[in-house]
Amino acid sequence: MPHDHHDHEHLSPSGHPFRADNDIPLTYWQRMEIAVRELLVEKGHLTPAEINAQIDAMDARSPADGAAVVARAWVDPEFKTRLLANASEATRAMGFDIGPLNLIAVENTAEIHNIIVCTLCSCYPRNLLGLPPDWYKTRAYRSRAVKEPRKVLREFGVELPKSTQIRVHDSTADMRYVVIPARPEGTDGLDEAALAALVTRDSMIGTGLARVPAGA
Amino acid sequence: MTKVRIKTMYPPGHVRAPFYIRGKEGEIEREIGPFGNPEQLAYGLEAEKQTLYRVRFSMAELWAEAAEAPGDTVDVEVYAHWLEES
Repeated sequence: MPHDHHDHEHLSPSGHPFRADNDIPLTYWQRMEIAVRELLVEKGHLTPAEINAQIDAMDARSPADGAAVVARAWVDPEFKTRLLANASEATRAMGFDIGPLNLIAVENTAEIHNIIVCTLCSCYPRNLLGLPPDWYKTRAYRSRAVKEPRKVLREFGVELPKSTQIRVHDSTADMRYVVIPARPEGTDGLDEAALAALVTRDSMIGTGLARVPAGA
Repeated sequence: MTKVRIKTMYPPGHVRAPFYIRGKEGEIEREIGPFGNPEQLAYGLEAEKQTLYRVRFSMAELWAEAAEAPGDTVDVEVYAHWLEES
């Protein structure tokens, strides 16, 4: 009988429950967004095509852009100096369209490990790295990163010696941050593209380290 | 580095100085420059320019005995009108 396996009734063939349809009403802010967007189009300030183009441009941004910047900093000391002095200018000069982003780059060394958080909301260098991971916006990450960063890092699998000083950066206002992770050992022979492949999103937030190449 | 204290005040609105640094002493890590005050910008008001600083706090100052590692630090962006001499 089809109903014999009652417990399995709501499971997909993969064995997981079907996701509920989102048939709930729009929230206040969703209605606000639609109203403002439609007004902007109706009054001729923007076209739907321009809005879609901006969404596409944002979706096209990814941690690979930041990884290219980090790899350049690893191989070119003069570029790294410029990046640390003014990260917005240095990334624009590399050819990235970061819009009005005010960027600060901070460097991990043997003595210092940097980690980025926005305790007030979810400020993130989206114009360079794309959209932030979901955990970055959670209350748990936002409240714990400034109070117990070592525990948080351990949960990300990053165990740092006590002698390493941790510098948390709370992105509260107009600046956004990118971490230049330390260059892994055994990467002397690698070119810029191969180095960029070692730079993860989390390593640029400070919750991870750059990958060590296979065989190093 | 210049020592400063964050004002202990609790105005309502779109305030960018988080609660955990209020009344705490830190050192100016760098001056970033003038920005429109978000406490006005957020409401579509004409915003005066405020100098934005990065202020470095020790974990010991922020969390006292509860600090995980007293020598670790938190850098926070704070506007000039939230700073007082320490």
